[in-house]
Amino acid sequence: MNAMWDISTLHYLVLGAALFLLGVIGVLTRRNVVIVLMSIELILNAVNLNLVAFSRYWQSIHGSLALHGQVFAIFIITDAAAEAAVGLGILIAFFRNKETVNVDEVNLLKW
Amino acid sequence: MLFLDHIYLIPLFPALGAAIMFFLGRKLTKQTVNVVCVGVVVLAFLFACGAVLQYNVWSSNPAPEQFHQPFQKVVYTWLGSGTGHLNFLKQDGSAADFAIDAGYLLDPLSGIWLLFVTGVGMLIHIYSTGYMAHEGGYYRFFGYLNLFMFSMLTLILANNYVLMFVGWEGVGLCSYLLIGFYFHRKSASDAANKAFIVNRIGDAGFIMGMFFIAWYMGSLRYVDVNLAAHSGRFQIGDPIITAATLLLFVGACGKSAQLPLYVWLPDAMEGPTPVSALIHAATMVTAGVYMVARSNALFVLAPTSMKTVAIIGALTAIFAASIGLVQNDIKRVLAYSTVSQLGYMFLALGVGAFAAGVFHVFTHAFFKALLFLGAGSVIHAMSGEQDMRNMGDLAHRIPTTYRTMFIATLAIAGIPPFAGFFSKDEILWQAWTSEGVAYHLLWIIGYATALMTAFYMFRLIFLTFYSKPRMSHEVEHHVHESPASMTGPLVVLAVMSVFAGFLGFPQSLARLVGIHGQTNRFEAYLEPVFAKEAPVMAKEEPGQLAAGEKEEEKTSGTEYLLMILSVGAAGFGWWMAGRSYGDADKGYTEPINAWAPPVYNTLLNKYYVDEGYDYVFTGRRKLGNARLGAMGLGEACSWFDANIVDGAVNASGWLTRAIASLSSWWDKWIIDGIGVNGPAILARALSYPARLLEWGLVQWYALVMTAGLVGFVFYYVYH
Repeated sequence: MNAMWDISTLHYLVLGAALFLLGVIGVLTRRNVVIVLMSIELILNAVNLNLVAFSRYWQSIHGSLALHGQVFAIFIITDAAAEAAVGLGILIAFFRNKETVNVDEVNLLKW
Repeated sequence: MLFLDHIYLIPLFPALGAAIMFFLGRKLTKQTVNVVCVGVVVLAFLFACGAVLQYNVWSSNPAPEQFHQPFQKVVYTWLGSGTGHLNFLKQDGSAADFAIDAGYLLDPLSGIWLLFVTGVGMLIHIYSTGYMAHEGGYYRFFGYLNLFMFSMLTLILANNYVLMFVGWEGVGLCSYLLIGFYFHRKSASDAANKAFIVNRIGDAGFIMGMFFIAWYMGSLRYVDVNLAAHSGRFQIGDPIITAATLLLFVGACGKSAQLPLYVWLPDAMEGPTPVSALIHAATMVTAGVYMVARSNALFVLAPTSMKTVAIIGALTAIFAASIGLVQNDIKRVLAYSTVSQLGYMFLALGVGAFAAGVFHVFTHAFFKALLFLGAGSVIHAMSGEQDMRNMGDLAHRIPTTYRTMFIATLAIAGIPPFAGFFSKDEILWQAWTSEGVAYHLLWIIGYATALMTAFYMFRLIFLTFYSKPRMSHEVEHHVHESPASMTGPLVVLAVMSVFAGFLGFPQSLARLVGIHGQTNRFEAYLEPVFAKEAPVMAKEEPGQLAAGEKEEEKTSGTEYLLMILSVGAAGFGWWMAGRSYGDADKGYTEPINAWAPPVYNTLLNKYYVDEGYDYVFTGRRKLGNARLGAMGLGEACSWFDANIVDGAVNASGWLTRAIASLSSWWDKWIIDGIGVNGPAILARALSYPARLLEWGLVQWYALVMTAGLVGFVFYYVYH
């Protein structure tokens, strides 16, 4: 376990943080709604990775089987699928009205 | 009980006719107008007959709440709530419920009025279809006539003074509309205004009389008022009842053309002749008599009022009759005759002979309507000529009109056995038998009036139907008898003028021919209405009741003497008129003018009463250099109204407006400015910095959120 090339919890967390960061940057910077939605998926998957990693870490400490993290990740995947469906629906409705998919052109709610 | 229970329909039939005329009349043909307007009055007449017959059966039921009691039908509470929550204070300090019914009352008194108003009204409607056939505004005329019938029937059938007043004003309005029917003629619209304005004076008295009654008795229903008057709570000569009855009598003076408010009636002859017959002779002008007779329970409690009524009546009778002696317009002679006969009726009421007064109203309705309709027929034949100086020798040219008018003249002059003889003689007899020398004086006035009546009526007959023809050839050529629609009613009325008197056949005459018992059916029929007054009257005149058999015979002797005297007067008037006008040719001389020209001029100018009123009240006319009106009553009233009353009105208006401005300023700047708009302005000012945060780009929000999140995380991690 102390071998240098062993994949530790820290590795998972760093990967998760990297994915999360990529997602956030995507959400904040990209104008295309489709890409924003995809970035949100990245964020969610980063979270999933963390959950699974901590679940594995907990198991290695206590030595007993624990699947809470994995189960929770499956829920989040389901949720993400639903969210993608709804989001794309909104997107299509929105495109029909505005003929655009750029978020910065959606500014009707400002004063 | 169909007719009694739906008695409110009687006035509603003519109201329906009037409504149809006013809303649709313009589009209807004359035939349709005839059918509708005459039809509704015939319907009202038949319904009235049914109602009176049913009432007679109903009131002969021995049950105490029916026997000789008035029949009442309250449709709904018209004014006030009827719940006891709307009260007014009576004179004794107690509260009385304010509730005026739309209620109808039928008793012998209103029954008699109901029958002759609908009956004569129906005949005059039929007559009008002939008389007005060539006139413009046909539907308007009949609409007004129907409206008049509605108002008159409301007046008669009301069960309280207020509803009676509604009818009272309604007939006044119709009178105004019909006098001014030929509104393009200035004299007609002036006469209409005069009638309306003079009647206002009387109506003011009526209203104040009602206030007094309500204040003193606590109710305006006849039944309640009569009950209170009979209760013995009030002394004979009670000052408030005297005031109330005098004020009511002022109202009666206005409507029934008594001194000093009679001036409108002669001018009212500007209206079409059927109107003069219906409104200004037979029905409306008797409303005052009806009102006084209806208030008999109050009047007998006020001997002063009774005396006033009798004196005013007698004075009016002789005053108007003397003017009638010299008038040349055929309708004006009849108008003054009407005023004079109304004076007779009030004389009868004033001496307590209510039934005799009502009897004279009844017979007068027939023969005076007949005289007016006959005059209308004469005018019709003479192509619109009304001046008797231009008539003459019409007897054989228009025979039906002549015969019927002659019968009416015999009736009004008091020649037996025509209707007027019985009623007029009854009045004179009652005046004579009243206690006190003053009443003998009233009898003398009445007797002189009877003489004058005979003279001017036969003068009318001789100048119109006998003597030499004085009309132009063109008019003479056109003389023709009126159509059957006009002569028919004349004949019916003539029959009534002959026989109506027998309803009140005096007992003294009946004894002569060997009939004993009650022959004066008219008086007997009215007894339930007036009989309750007998004890009250008796207290005042104890000598009346103690009339034994011998006394009766003695009074009978006097009665026969008085009858013979009055028949003699009538015959003398006839003879005088025949002698003076029997063969009057063009430019004939009036006997009074030959005898004393100043008297003649005074009479011809109606004692200058109109001029006097103009001088005193309006200031339109000067007397020499002085114009009293300029400083007189009319101008003073006008000044008072313009400056004091209107000034007060304007001042209160100005004050209200000033207060309103202040209130408006307060509302606008303080309430709205600080209270309502203040918080709004504050909220708006505070919103500016908050708005800066909202610029609408979703990603910026996300960035701020992320930055905040990162900031918090760093804070908690490194704190």
